Amino acid sequence: MGKTVLLIEDEPNIIEAISFILSRDGWTVDTHSNGHDAVEVVMGRRPDVLILDVMLPGKSGYEILSELRGSLSPKDLPVLMLTARGQSKDRELAERSGVNRFMTKPFANAEVLEAVRSLVVA
Amino acid sequence: MNDGPRFGIGRGPLFVERQTYRRRRLMDAARVVPVVGLFLWSIPLLWSKLPEAAVPTSRALLFVFGVWVALIAVAFLISLPLRPVDKPEDQPGRNS
Amino acid sequence: MTTLNALIAVCLCYVALLFVVAFVAERSAAQGRVAWLRYPMVYTLSLSIYCTAWTFYGAVGNAARSGLEYLTIYLGPSLVMVGWWWILRKLVRIGRSQRITSIADLISSRFGKSNLLAICVTILAVVGTTPYIALQLQSVTLSFEVFAEAANPGQSLTHNATALYLAMGLALFTVVFGTRNLDANERHHGVVMAIAVEAVVKLLALMAVGVFVVWGVGGGVADTLQRIDASGLGEWQVSGGRWAGLMFLSAAAFLCLPRMFQVLVVENDDENHLRTASWAFPMYMMLMSLFVLPIAVVGLELMPEGANPDTFVLTVPLSQGADVLAVLSFLGGFSSATSMVIVAAIALSTMVSNHIVMPIWLRVAPGEGASVSGDVRHVVMLARRMSIAGILFLGYLYYSLSGGGTALSTIGLVSFTGVAQVLPVMLGGIFWRGATRVGALAGLCTGFAIWLYTSFLPSFGPGHFMSGDIVAFGPLGLGWLRPHALFGIEGMDPLLHALLWSISLNTLVFIAVSIASFPSPLERLQGAQFVNVFQHSVGARGWSAGVAQSEDLMIMAQRILGAREAQALFTREAAGQGRGGQLPDPSPDFLQTLERELAGSVGAATAHAMIGQIVGGAAVSVEDLMAVADETAQMMEYSSRLEAQSEELSQTAGKLREANEKLTRLSVQKDAFLSQISHELRTPMTSIRAFSEILRDSDGLPPEDQTKYASIIHDEAIRLTRLLDDLLDLSVLENGQVNLNLRRGSLRDVLERAVAAAVADDSQGVIELRRDTVAEDITLYTDLDRLSQVFINLISNARKYCDAVDAVLEIRVQSGNDTVILDFIDNGTGIAPEAQDVIFEKFSRVSDQKAGGAGLGLAICRQIVTRLGGKIDYLPGQQGAAFRVVLPMAID
Repeated sequence: MGKTVLLIEDEPNIIEAISFILSRDGWTVDTHSNGHDAVEVVMGRRPDVLILDVMLPGKSGYEILSELRGSLSPKDLPVLMLTARGQSKDRELAERSGVNRFMTKPFANAEVLEAVRSLVVA
Repeated sequence: MNDGPRFGIGRGPLFVERQTYRRRRLMDAARVVPVVGLFLWSIPLLWSKLPEAAVPTSRALLFVFGVWVALIAVAFLISLPLRPVDKPEDQPGRNS
Repeated sequence: MTTLNALIAVCLCYVALLFVVAFVAERSAAQGRVAWLRYPMVYTLSLSIYCTAWTFYGAVGNAARSGLEYLTIYLGPSLVMVGWWWILRKLVRIGRSQRITSIADLISSRFGKSNLLAICVTILAVVGTTPYIALQLQSVTLSFEVFAEAANPGQSLTHNATALYLAMGLALFTVVFGTRNLDANERHHGVVMAIAVEAVVKLLALMAVGVFVVWGVGGGVADTLQRIDASGLGEWQVSGGRWAGLMFLSAAAFLCLPRMFQVLVVENDDENHLRTASWAFPMYMMLMSLFVLPIAVVGLELMPEGANPDTFVLTVPLSQGADVLAVLSFLGGFSSATSMVIVAAIALSTMVSNHIVMPIWLRVAPGEGASVSGDVRHVVMLARRMSIAGILFLGYLYYSLSGGGTALSTIGLVSFTGVAQVLPVMLGGIFWRGATRVGALAGLCTGFAIWLYTSFLPSFGPGHFMSGDIVAFGPLGLGWLRPHALFGIEGMDPLLHALLWSISLNTLVFIAVSIASFPSPLERLQGAQFVNVFQHSVGARGWSAGVAQSEDLMIMAQRILGAREAQALFTREAAGQGRGGQLPDPSPDFLQTLERELAGSVGAATAHAMIGQIVGGAAVSVEDLMAVADETAQMMEYSSRLEAQSEELSQTAGKLREANEKLTRLSVQKDAFLSQISHELRTPMTSIRAFSEILRDSDGLPPEDQTKYASIIHDEAIRLTRLLDDLLDLSVLENGQVNLNLRRGSLRDVLERAVAAAVADDSQGVIELRRDTVAEDITLYTDLDRLSQVFINLISNARKYCDAVDAVLEIRVQSGNDTVILDFIDNGTGIAPEAQDVIFEKFSRVSDQKAGGAGLGLAICRQIVTRLGGKIDYLPGQQGAAFRVVLPMAID
């Protein structure tokens, strides 16, 4: 049984793409597609890696991450954040929220894979 | 008449300088003079008009004029120090 | 023997001298050289108009008849003068601070500027003074007669002609010097100087006669005293009642006589002069009365039985052959008469013109009234001159009517009693704040009526104005109303009787009515100003130093000028006083500077009143208050203007604030848009890139996956294209580069097509459409494709955003003459009010909810509708989201 990845993303096509990439590499991929109850879902499933989109319906990725960081350190829960908004402001916000890796869409498939792997190894 | 000194607004010292004190007593005197004059000039009212005890006119004349001269002299003496002074402390003396 | 012509020549020379003195004094005053006019002695001597011809001649006559009683006429005023600290000082201060012009003005001013009171006092004064003027004319005529008799025994002089010429001459002098200037303070330097000269003349004359009698005839002081004791007047025979009553009467008259008020108060240049006069004037009166009794006694001895004692001053020297002395004495009497008449005429004319003529003139000539000041000035002058002439004519009339028979002193005392009626009101006015106008009127009228009835009318003798029957038995036989025995009290001296009843009832009524009535605000204000004059005024113009508190001034100045300006001013002033680093001394200079500075901010009157409050010595007159009120009115007007302006400003500010909020929201939206557009572009790109990599890199994908992934790439590419289309579309619309393809078509068809296009994409939820196809049957001439685009947008928005369980979109159509109104109303929760005004902006999205659009739809709609000559708005107040499109039926 491989490590688990929880992917919180609202675009079905992107979910499909990332799930495909990671599961082909042996990861177990859980998905969730809105921000409202994202925190509860994460706490419930305790994935090895969390991939978090920024623009989610209900609650933004930053908010979700900040709430999670209240109880889970970057070591306890490595987080890879994906955003389609490529401004420097977004990177700052992400880092302040306690992100482990930050990646701008669109990404190369290999990059995502490498990032998820590196988070688990670390 | 309100002749109390006025220092600023509603407050004045309880004890004043000797000079001011003197001035105020002079004001008192200035007020008393006419009362004394009235009293003295009312004395003739008491004089008897009976032929045997009548006061001679010459004596009456001297009395009335004597009082008159005395009043003038006192008024003169009082009026001299009551001249207005430019010093602020004396302002009430002239004004109040 | 001095001829009558010589005597007339002497008189004319004397009058010419007076003219010269008055003229020189006037000119000096005009040139500002007033120092010598302001000696306290000039003031003191001017008071001597109290000693008229009546006292000059009549005192001797009185002494010859009643012994020492004549002294009371001088003793009363002496007490008043010596007691200056009580009444005169206050009167003078009030006169200065209130700019009082006459005794009538004083009374009227005190009781709320009541002109009715002023008229009453004026009438009283005229009635009381006319016999007195007649008395002067009579005494001068009498003295001429004495000389005529002596020069040419048996030849009688035409009395009336002498009196008439005299009256005319006096009128001329008074008009020339008494109405020269119309100064606010009514001071007449020329007249004052002339009467001061006359005072010296009459004193010297009487004393010369006295010295002649005592040492020339009587044989020295001791001998004279013996003669007195040996004469019929040798014993103290004065009635106690008359002694006290006349002393009181003369004191009252001294204060109330219009001419005395004129010289005591109105002509007073400096309060300090009163201090000198307090002893110098009693001395003058003492000297005037010193030789009266000796002259009377010697006269009685020397002159034949039945000789008029009123002329002893002249006849005694004449009988001894001392002609020059007699002439001097004559001049003394002449002076006494002329000075009294001149001042009385000035005082009365001021009252008559100010309180009777002017009010009438202002009423009769409305419109051209007080606005033309030069004109008024002219009228006042004329009124004064006419009044002077009128008053002297009245005096002459009285003289010729009464025949000049009655003894001088009797007329004088009747007159005194008349003017003394003002005393209760005057004293009440300056010492009692509770005195009211109504009370004053009632008291004055009571006193005046009683005086007329008991003293004035009977004084003409039985049969003139009052029949002998009334005097003897009372009106209608009512004994208790007999003029000389009111209420049945008989046996009293008629004068004392009149004095007692008139003054006591006057006072009683005055007090009682005052207590029972309520004063007007102005009366109360004036009452406080008068009674507390020493708290409200200062002797000189300007501020008294030392009493003001620099700190208080500083605080006030800071409030008005602002802290920095005030501190700068105070620092500057302190440095100027050599007190760097401290507060400046409140010197008068500093206070004036400060007042000026403050006046620049709040107006002069307000500044004066404010500083006055702090300094505590301000003379805040009614004029000051009026000025303050004026300023306040101006300021209120100004501030209401400011208020209007500031309202305008605040409206503008409100609009600006709104605009700013909108801008801020837009700016936030713009930022959000950049993120949004980035998001909208990157999201499909991410899928495209991810799946194209998968397709490229993954070998052996099942064909169905390959197809699936390829179609995802295809869909996302279309999504991107659509986004770019929208952006371009909007850009074109915004830049006005759009070309409208105008066609005629049915609204129903357009809607039909739009609905079909909007629901074609079934991925976006279901919505029920309610339409009114009948109402939609309208022919439009417009760009049908663009209009269709708008409808598609609105319908698909409703599909996307309507959050009702059973979503319904109702399309209502109303058509007017040349416009058509379409409402698109759904049954969702609608759009929040704060969002309603931005939904039509570009890139706005009402929620973060995934809706597939980039927030350009409504912006494009608005652009299109505007191009089509209509407008689209959010329609608030509906149950759900509602949009109203208003379109012209045809585009021009």
